[in-house]
Amino acid sequence: MKTYNCDIVIVGAGPGGSMAAKFCAQAGLDTIIIEKKAEIGAPLRCAEGVSKKWLEEVGIAPDPAWICADMAGAVIRSPSGYTFQLDESKAGSEVGYVLERHLFDKALARDAADAGAKIMMRTSCTDVIRKDGKLVGIKAKSMGEPIEIYADCVVAADGYESQVARWAGIETVPKMNDIDTCIQYRMSNIDIDQQYCEFVIGNDIAPGGYLWLFPKGNRSANVGIGVMAKRCKNPGDPKYYLDKFIAGDERLKNGQILEVVGGMVSTCPGLDSATDDNLIIVGDAARIIDPITGGGICHACRTGMYAGKVLADCANKKDFSKAALKPYEKMWRDRMEDKIYRNWMAKERLNELDDDTIDDLIKIISTSDIGEVNVYNLLKVIKEKYPKVVEGFEDLI
Amino acid sequence: MTILVDFYKCLHCGGCVGSCPKNAIYLNDFVLEFNDKCNSCGRCVKICPVAALRME
Repeated sequence: MKTYNCDIVIVGAGPGGSMAAKFCAQAGLDTIIIEKKAEIGAPLRCAEGVSKKWLEEVGIAPDPAWICADMAGAVIRSPSGYTFQLDESKAGSEVGYVLERHLFDKALARDAADAGAKIMMRTSCTDVIRKDGKLVGIKAKSMGEPIEIYADCVVAADGYESQVARWAGIETVPKMNDIDTCIQYRMSNIDIDQQYCEFVIGNDIAPGGYLWLFPKGNRSANVGIGVMAKRCKNPGDPKYYLDKFIAGDERLKNGQILEVVGGMVSTCPGLDSATDDNLIIVGDAARIIDPITGGGICHACRTGMYAGKVLADCANKKDFSKAALKPYEKMWRDRMEDKIYRNWMAKERLNELDDDTIDDLIKIISTSDIGEVNVYNLLKVIKEKYPKVVEGFEDLI
Repeated sequence: MTILVDFYKCLHCGGCVGSCPKNAIYLNDFVLEFNDKCNSCGRCVKICPVAALRME
């Protein structure tokens, strides 16, 4: 069997894996990324909406090559059709671009390759390797052939599937109320406002989740839905609800589907521990996602960058123990944990609201002077009018 | 009871893989493989977005 030796092996060439690889390789570490698929960034598993601010934070310069549409704002629509429109001047950090993920992911992988990382396509991890109890690498199949890759540290960047961490002994499966099961159509020939991302909420529209319309230009959009797994009554509920909405929406009724995408997102506050001896878990695999929006690209890029920086330090000290990797935990928690926890609590509470209350909330926030609109400021207004909604996490608002 | 996959419906999204409490499912590109850790709990059947899984 063919074996490889390197400093760092990274499982998954999504944004988290590629960012980790770039920073490891820049620090001079011998870095291998393996990618199961035949093409980086495809098939798509994403709604492609991102905010703008974080790109600079992780050192990514916006590139028209992977920006599909630049949003002027967002619209939130309640069950009875009340809307709250956020315009860019007030939208703060929650509005931004709609990406071409298959190009975005390739751009990040290319950056990693330019920095010196090696990429092995069509290579899927099948298990971890332990020697005398110590994690020393991974088993994989590369173009159908079994291989072994030995490394000082394994980076689990395998997305929602998150199997590498589990093979290494860390439980990553979310509870049913912390899973949103999703389906999306890329639709063309539709008459939506191409300037605004739209979010539709309601118990008969998307139980425990939301439905989205993210413009992709040329009268097309990603039209998708996430339904809380716990609230799925019948197999295939996400598709049922999405088809029902499309059939009843004048703007979409002549639409044609160019692509069908499935996927799931975790909506929990992140793993209790995203590290172990010789193991770092990043992005979706670590369940580090905004539980309200289900957005995880910025979280993956940040955690990938933190992982790469910390691994460079660890390499200098030749220590990849859990204790040595602790700065990674500190970095991601300092930057994101409070907000993720707050949004997780908010998600749990919003899920309990009936449609009349949701209508009321949308009316309240659309008539309040909120200033810069973000989840934090919205919750502040909700706290004044509906204190019950934020009970238990008031101190985070 | 075993889990059966309708490969004409499956979108290869990997949702069932990441949701399986037993880590019993492996997505080999376009093919879902169940290993012997599967105890037919039915979670994957319940939450598949396109009802590509069933229990028999």
